[in-house]
Amino acid sequence: MRHTPPRVALFATCLVDLYRPTVGFAAIKLLKEAGCTVVVPEGQTCCGQPAYNSGDKADAQDIARSVIALLEPYDYVVVPSGSCGGMIREQYAALFAADPEWKLRAERLGARTFELVSFLVDVMGMTGVEARYEGMATYHDSCSGLRELGIKGQPRALLATVAGLTLAEMEDAEVCCGFGGTFCVKYPDISVRMVSDKVERIRATGADTLLAGDLGCLLNMAGRLQRLGHTVRVRHVAEVLAGMTDAVPPIGEGQARQGGAR
Amino acid sequence: MLTTSPAFKQNATTALADAGLQKALANAKAGFMQKRARAVAALPEFEALRDLGRDIKNHTIAHLDFYLDTYARNVEAEGGKVHWCETADDARRAVVEICRSVGARTVTKGKSMIGEELGINEHLEAAGIEPIETDLGEYIIQLRKEPPSHIIAPAFHLNREDWIEAFREKHTELAPGRVLDERKTLIDEARTILRSRFLAADVGITGANMLIAETGSSVIVTNEGNGDLTQTLPKVHIVLASIEKVVPTLEDACTILRLLARSATGQDFSTYTTFSTGPRRAPDLDGPAEYHVILLDNGRTSMIGTEFQEMLRCIRCAACMNHCPVYGAVGGHAYGWVYPGPMGSVLTPSLIGVDKAGHLPNASTFCGKCESVCPMKIPLPKMMRHWREREFERHLSPSAARFGLGVWAWFARRPWAYRLATRIGAGTLGFAGRKRGRFGSLPLAGGWTGGRDMPAPEGETFQARYARLRKQGLV
Repeated sequence: MRHTPPRVALFATCLVDLYRPTVGFAAIKLLKEAGCTVVVPEGQTCCGQPAYNSGDKADAQDIARSVIALLEPYDYVVVPSGSCGGMIREQYAALFAADPEWKLRAERLGARTFELVSFLVDVMGMTGVEARYEGMATYHDSCSGLRELGIKGQPRALLATVAGLTLAEMEDAEVCCGFGGTFCVKYPDISVRMVSDKVERIRATGADTLLAGDLGCLLNMAGRLQRLGHTVRVRHVAEVLAGMTDAVPPIGEGQARQGGAR
Repeated sequence: MLTTSPAFKQNATTALADAGLQKALANAKAGFMQKRARAVAALPEFEALRDLGRDIKNHTIAHLDFYLDTYARNVEAEGGKVHWCETADDARRAVVEICRSVGARTVTKGKSMIGEELGINEHLEAAGIEPIETDLGEYIIQLRKEPPSHIIAPAFHLNREDWIEAFREKHTELAPGRVLDERKTLIDEARTILRSRFLAADVGITGANMLIAETGSSVIVTNEGNGDLTQTLPKVHIVLASIEKVVPTLEDACTILRLLARSATGQDFSTYTTFSTGPRRAPDLDGPAEYHVILLDNGRTSMIGTEFQEMLRCIRCAACMNHCPVYGAVGGHAYGWVYPGPMGSVLTPSLIGVDKAGHLPNASTFCGKCESVCPMKIPLPKMMRHWREREFERHLSPSAARFGLGVWAWFARRPWAYRLATRIGAGTLGFAGRKRGRFGSLPLAGGWTGGRDMPAPEGETFQARYARLRKQGLV
């Protein structure tokens, strides 16, 4: 048993910072409920993935160095995204393959870095949440979280304890939604086709709510659902687990349409 | 072979709008995935086999000179001949020379991706030698005069209607009113036509799934048996193989065979697995009088010692493309050269240059599915990223993208400027989109909003709100 609560640095990610601050506050609430002391280190920007995946290694390394330096002092780093979490946990060390000093620092930080929901379940031993959400949800497994970090059962286990919520599995939940960072604007035709397939799978479940753990995928799926006029409510899983769905309308829904009704 | 890889984007758009192609892709893809999943689930040691396969190939590639020498020595000890070909040109010349030396008029061919890499059919035709594809999928695309769209199922892009149409058009010697609506009738018809070609062929050309150093054997796996007829009936058997196909021992080959069919078609083993060692010996009942191996490099040795070396483990099972959502959306022809899908996105830039194939490693979401099903555990996304790095270093990536990335990186490295810019950006967009919650179009965001709405931000950035609430003691 731990006597002093772990000091957890929340790395909010650039998309949460820019698009969906509520996810950051939901993460803080959940981490506190799990018994953590939460710090939001000042000066955080982005994990550097756009540069890394565009082949711009020098910029990615620059950004990674400042993220490592910023987050090193804490017991854990928690990220409300499998993609950005995977970047820090798995890819930073690869980025510094030729630089032993930074590689070591990257590895040490990586070993203490977790995606939010898997951290709550696997590290903090959380088995349930005090939250209520009326609806039938389907959960999309985002690629990096699933294949890089092994996130599959953790969000489902916690969602099962949300009062009022039922979970309907979609077919091909593990198939990419077509976001892929810059891929979605570099190859929009292919990306839209992939997200259209995903939308069909979502619709086939009859669920009124779509949840996932990565904002990039959520923006992509919400954007396509709404372009096609479907009224599925799209939310980051942390919003539901933290019981903060009253704080903000679903992704892509305005103040006038809160709740997804139309 | 001609490449249309530089036009990948247009190829993809055309493919997405091709209803026939989309139907064929949807039909074929699901079957491959389900069958592989079943086969893998039925073999508890599959994961351990993957490690073993990876280690065998890593060891072999690390000692490639030794195993190739051993292999070649053993081929020759068995009476075969090895033709060391550094380039595709060398290989084409060698094949044509062998055919001419026996006065060949027709050549039967088993399925071979090296054959595609060499464009061997065109070269044989130019030399006045008629090549006849005997693999059913290859046969139909030869009739249709198009390249394969998949490395183990060449006609992946076709529907049954396309087969019927091609057979009616090309098999003019048969009754026009015949019934051709079933898979079996199509196969029977192809078999009838091909039977006489097998018997008439002077030379048989096959590929090789593996070369075995300790025995000097080549291995082919097929499900139709056509490969066996191709290599045993004619006077001359030519094996087309690239250098990375070599494995040290018969036992190593068997380990890899256990991975190959399961990963490829979901079979425990393919229907025919045939080992060929040298030409016919005195007591043999059949077999060719001459056995030649065209051992092709064509750029592969230049991958050794680079970040692309691991690609040489590939055993061409096609699991990566069978599971790839991008391949599944656009099909194989869009990739524009011999090898499509994730393995092609890594290999093609190595073989024809990243300046021509630059799109391929970019057209991936890095979803990682390919790596997760690769029997050789090849880190395909990692290597696609390495290609993006090479492109970035050589300034081959589009200038608008580089500019955008540069601006973004400038801000990302300067937290104060970043905070300011995101506050303004999120505030403006959040305010403009607060009622509807999203945008149908936005300046400079056509790539996104062409097919999707753009959700509006909440308005205040996380960091701004956190700082504000913290000051108020609320968080």
